[in-house]
Amino acid sequence: MTLTAPASAPPSQARGPAARRPVRPLRILLHTFLALVALGWLLPLALAVYASLRPYEETARLGYFSLPEDLTLDYYAEAWIQAELPRYYLNTLIIVIPGVLITLLLASFTAFAIARLRIPGRKALLIVFTAGNLLPPQVLITPLYTLYTLIPLPAWLSDSQSLYDSYLGLIVIHVAFQFGFCVFVMANFMRTIPEEISEAALVDGAGVWKRYWRLTLPLCRPVLAALSTLQFTWMYNDFLWALVLMSSGDKLPVTSALNNLRGQFFTDYNLLAAGSVLVALPTLIVFQLLHKQFVTGLTLGSTKG
Amino acid sequence: MAVKTRRYSARDVTILVIGLGVAIVVNVGLVWGPTLASVGLSGTAWNGIGPIEWVGGRNYHDLAAEYPPFWSAVRNNVLWLAFLGLVATPFGLFCAVLLDRRLRLSRVYQSALYMPVVLSLAVVGFIAQLVYSSDYGVLNAVTGLGVDWLGDSSINIWVVMVAAAWRHVGYVMIIYLAGLKAVDPALKEAAAIDGASERQAFFRVVFPTLRPINVIVLVITVIEALRAFDIVYAINKGRNGLELLSVLVTENIVGEASRIGFGSAIAVILLVISLAFIVTYLSQLFREER
Repeated sequence: MTLTAPASAPPSQARGPAARRPVRPLRILLHTFLALVALGWLLPLALAVYASLRPYEETARLGYFSLPEDLTLDYYAEAWIQAELPRYYLNTLIIVIPGVLITLLLASFTAFAIARLRIPGRKALLIVFTAGNLLPPQVLITPLYTLYTLIPLPAWLSDSQSLYDSYLGLIVIHVAFQFGFCVFVMANFMRTIPEEISEAALVDGAGVWKRYWRLTLPLCRPVLAALSTLQFTWMYNDFLWALVLMSSGDKLPVTSALNNLRGQFFTDYNLLAAGSVLVALPTLIVFQLLHKQFVTGLTLGSTKG
Repeated sequence: MAVKTRRYSARDVTILVIGLGVAIVVNVGLVWGPTLASVGLSGTAWNGIGPIEWVGGRNYHDLAAEYPPFWSAVRNNVLWLAFLGLVATPFGLFCAVLLDRRLRLSRVYQSALYMPVVLSLAVVGFIAQLVYSSDYGVLNAVTGLGVDWLGDSSINIWVVMVAAAWRHVGYVMIIYLAGLKAVDPALKEAAAIDGASERQAFFRVVFPTLRPINVIVLVITVIEALRAFDIVYAINKGRNGLELLSVLVTENIVGEASRIGFGSAIAVILLVISLAFIVTYLSQLFREER
C-alpha cells in the first residue's frame, strides 16, 4: 500500500502547452463557473463577518442584505468580554493540546507495533481500531455517559469527583475515539519506510523503544504534522462530547460555549455571528497556515495509490 | 520479512505490553465496550438510577409504534443521506474533475470550496440562521419571499441539508482531487489519442480506476449522514421537522426524562446501519491489501 500526497502532481504533465494555449471560450466558461461557485461558497462566511460588524438595531430594520450605516466592533468586544470567550478558549486548549499529544503518542506506538514488529493478531487489531473510529458517537454515548458518572476521580483532578463533567473525561474520549484513525494512517505510512533502517538498528542491538522513538518516529514527521493539524481541528470543532459529558457551563470548550450566546427568549444574531467568527477563526488560521498538512492528513486516510 | 529470528528482551516485552495494553484498554473500554453495552441496554428499561429491568424487544416495538419522532427522524436521515449522496457528492466530484487540470487560480477555487470543511458544524448551523432567518435573512431579502425557512417544518430539513452540503462538497472534492491526481496521465492520453471525448474518457477510463476512492467517499457520506447532529442542534435542538436519529438518542439520555433503554434502542439502529457500511469498507480495504 502506498500513499499519495495530493501536492505531488504527476511530473509528466509539462507546464508549457497549457500556458501558451490560446484562450478558448470553453476555458472562459470554466473559469466563470468555478469563480461563481467559489464566490457562492465564500458568501455565507462573508455574511457572518458582515453581520457581526453591524448593530442589531440596524439589521433589524434593514435586514442583513442591506448597505451599512454603521460599522462597529462592539459585538466582538461583547463576545470577548461579556461572554468570557477567553476562558472558553482556555478550556479548549486544556482539552485539545493533551488530547492531540496523547492520541498521537499512543497511536504512533500502536502503529509501530502493528506495522514494524509483526506482532500476532496485528491485522485484527488494526481492523478493530479502524472500525471503532467509524462508529457514530451516538452509538456509544448512553453507556459512556453512565460510565463517566460512575468512575470516581480525586477532587484535585475533577471538582465533580467523577469522570463526568471533567476535562480529563473529554481528553480521554477524544483520545479513544480519534485513536483508530491515527493508527490506520500511521500504520500505512510506516509500512512505506524501508525495512533496512530498523534491520540495521537491530544488528546494533537496539530495543523496541529505541527503534520506535529514535528511529521510526523521526521519519514520521510529515505524517505527524498532518495528523496533528487534522486532529487539532476535529477536537476543536467537537460539539457533541462536551454537550453530553459536561454539565458545568464554565468548563465547556469554546465551540460548545457558543450556544451560551443564545439568549433564553431572545437571540441577538449579530452577537452570535461575532461569536461564530471568533470561534471559527483559529481553525481558519490553521487552515490557511497549514493548508498542505491538512489536505495531506485527510487524503492519507483515504487515498491509496 | 527479512529477519525471521527476532528476540525481544524482557524490557522490550514490558514496553510492548504496556503500550499496546493502554491502547486496547482505552479503545475497548471507551468505544467498543459502551457500544456492546448499548446493545444490552436496548433490551431494558432503565432511568439511570433505579433498578435495570429486562423488557426484551419492547423498546423496539414502542419505537416503531408509539414514538412519532422516530419515523420522522428515519425519514430525515434517509433524506439527508440521499441529498449528500445524490447531490453534494456528485457536485464535489464534478468540481474535482474541473479543477484537475492546469488552471490558473485553481488553488484559490480549491481553498474557497474547502474552507467550510474546517468549520465546526455548530458554526455552520449558526451561519445558516443568518441566511435563512425569516425576518432579516438574506435569502428572503434577495428573493423577496417571506418564507420561514427554518421554522416551517415541511421545508426546514431541505435548507439545513443545503447548509450541510456546503461543507460536504469541499470534503468530497479534496478526496477526489487527490484520487484524480493519482490516475496515470498516460491513461487519459491514450483515450484522447483513440479519439475519446473528454466526457467519454472520464466515464469509461478514469472513473472506473477511481473505484477505491468511490468506496471511501460512499463510506464518508454514509457516516456523515448518520452522524449529522451539531447543525440541527445548533439551529433548534433538532425539533419541529429537524428530528434526526442522533438527536433522539441524545434527547433520551440527557435531561430529566432519562430513558436509557429507549435511547439505546435508537442507538442500536444507528449501529446496525453504520456497521453494514463499515464492514463493506474494511473488507474491501483489507482484501486489496493482500
